[in-house]
Amino acid sequence: MSTLVMQPTHMAVRYMRALWRQPLYVVFQLVQPMIWLFLFGQLFKNIDRLPGFGGTSYIDYLAPGVLVMSALLSNGWSGTMYIVDMERGVLDRFLSSPARRSSFLLGQLGYWAVLTVIQSVILIGLSMLAGARFDGGPLSVIALIAAAVLLGLTMACLSNAMALRLRQQDTVIAANVLLVLPLCFVSSVFIPTALMPAWIQTVARFNPVNWAVEAGRQSLVAGVDWSIVLTRLGGLAALALVFGWIAVRSYRAYQRSV
Amino acid sequence: MTAATVPALEVPAVQVDGLEKTYGKGVHALRGVSFSVESGAVLALLGPNGAGKTTTVKILSTLSRPDAGRARVAGIDVLADPKGVRRIIGCVGQKDAVDLEATGRENLVLQGQLYGMSGADLRQRADELLDRFGLTDAAGRIARTYSGGMRRKLSVAMGLVHRPRVLFLDEPTTGLDPEARAEMWAEVARLSADDGMSVLLTTHYLDEADHLADRVVIIDEGLVVTEGTPNQLKSELRGDAIQVELVSAASSGQALSALGALDGRLRDMTCIGRAIHARVDDGAGAVPGVLAALERAGVPVAAVTVSRPSLDDVYLSHTGRAFHAANNGDSR
Repeated sequence: MSTLVMQPTHMAVRYMRALWRQPLYVVFQLVQPMIWLFLFGQLFKNIDRLPGFGGTSYIDYLAPGVLVMSALLSNGWSGTMYIVDMERGVLDRFLSSPARRSSFLLGQLGYWAVLTVIQSVILIGLSMLAGARFDGGPLSVIALIAAAVLLGLTMACLSNAMALRLRQQDTVIAANVLLVLPLCFVSSVFIPTALMPAWIQTVARFNPVNWAVEAGRQSLVAGVDWSIVLTRLGGLAALALVFGWIAVRSYRAYQRSV
Repeated sequence: MTAATVPALEVPAVQVDGLEKTYGKGVHALRGVSFSVESGAVLALLGPNGAGKTTTVKILSTLSRPDAGRARVAGIDVLADPKGVRRIIGCVGQKDAVDLEATGRENLVLQGQLYGMSGADLRQRADELLDRFGLTDAAGRIARTYSGGMRRKLSVAMGLVHRPRVLFLDEPTTGLDPEARAEMWAEVARLSADDGMSVLLTTHYLDEADHLADRVVIIDEGLVVTEGTPNQLKSELRGDAIQVELVSAASSGQALSALGALDGRLRDMTCIGRAIHARVDDGAGAVPGVLAALERAGVPVAAVTVSRPSLDDVYLSHTGRAFHAANNGDSR
């Protein structure tokens, strides 16, 4: 039992320590969301006069979307850690030890969860600085962070699976860039679904990025609709489990190719 | 570490029978390899890159699965009980497999934790290994600041942290400078002599196999070519090795027939490029006759070398190729 918890913890500590030694990495990760919040948010400030926004200010509308997008972007780097470990032989060393395969994945995902929480808390602060008001109360803010973490973990698992199967740094990075922006554009990150063309509305309904944004956006309205929050979080949790399973399976694909 | 902390094994440390492995589009990495490592012995798996050394080690360390054949480590089958094998082996791969963002001590401690070690036992073991490999002063520095030799030492120390019974060393000295290499040799020798550990090392350095191994298995293109103690292998070759380097490969045919006419004094003659290799009972005494014969035949000679038999010659006589000529291409 103790190794079930301890081994993932040891792995997570490994990554946290590396992050602790390079705190600039966190700052670096915040540059892009700040551009979205402070430049893009200002540029489209007056867009909230359109009817679909239902009276919320654009920064209130944009803030949860930027938070979710940032979680996606940073977790999308996850696979590059595996690539580095593979190239240095560290992964083979782990795999020839008696530790469980799932420990390596769980530990690394634990790291991403913590990083996403830290990043989200900072972004909530910055969003407030930009003028956003989280009127939904603390529980709904926690739900927003939970949505970002669950979506982030899904992305991390996808990135890990690609790293283990394709074993190319460039492919993993390109997939992150090519996947995240379109997924955000066919969701309500930037604009309400009511203002979208019909086909994007349809796609958005099945887009997990949209689920996360919809769940998170409730944290900025006074009367939180918990049925929206819980259904979306449930969908995201289920998806994270599916991708977690795919990532674990990918270890076998990696070992078959060794 | 004190002597005899590793219990002796009754069964062979490693036993490999008819191992076969094919990669992707018909690359036959192993075509039926069999050998065994006695408990407490050092065995060198010697061969050029692509011979199948690394593939063999990967199968033995449960990273890779064989297509056919059987592999057992201390009597435990790698396919039937991979976890049992993982618990008793230590692996030091070709790459250092060191986390460069972590300190030397952190690397060692994490490695121990993967084997379920913890607390004072693990701390003490880490200290012991840092001391043994001369890394105590650097223990608190991140490994990115280490030299190549230090990283390799750390890598070997990590392979030992859980006191394995069988250690796999995949090309432990490749890329090391001569001084670091000599230190590594001394350390490997200590592992088997003082700790009673069984060691399987792969190398493409003949002198390394000669120096370290109790037994040598030469593999080439996925097959065992020959095996024995270094001395056995060398004594199979009577006399000295003589190598004649011609000015041009074009005259090698002429040279072979001229030397062949020397009353059979030269044996096992082979020609690779513009070099002719042969064996002769008294190397130094044979040189004038060889040169005279070649001069009579009008074959210009660039150099003549005479040497005592080495594993290089063993390799040549069994594969028909010079070791270094064969030694290029990707590692498998």
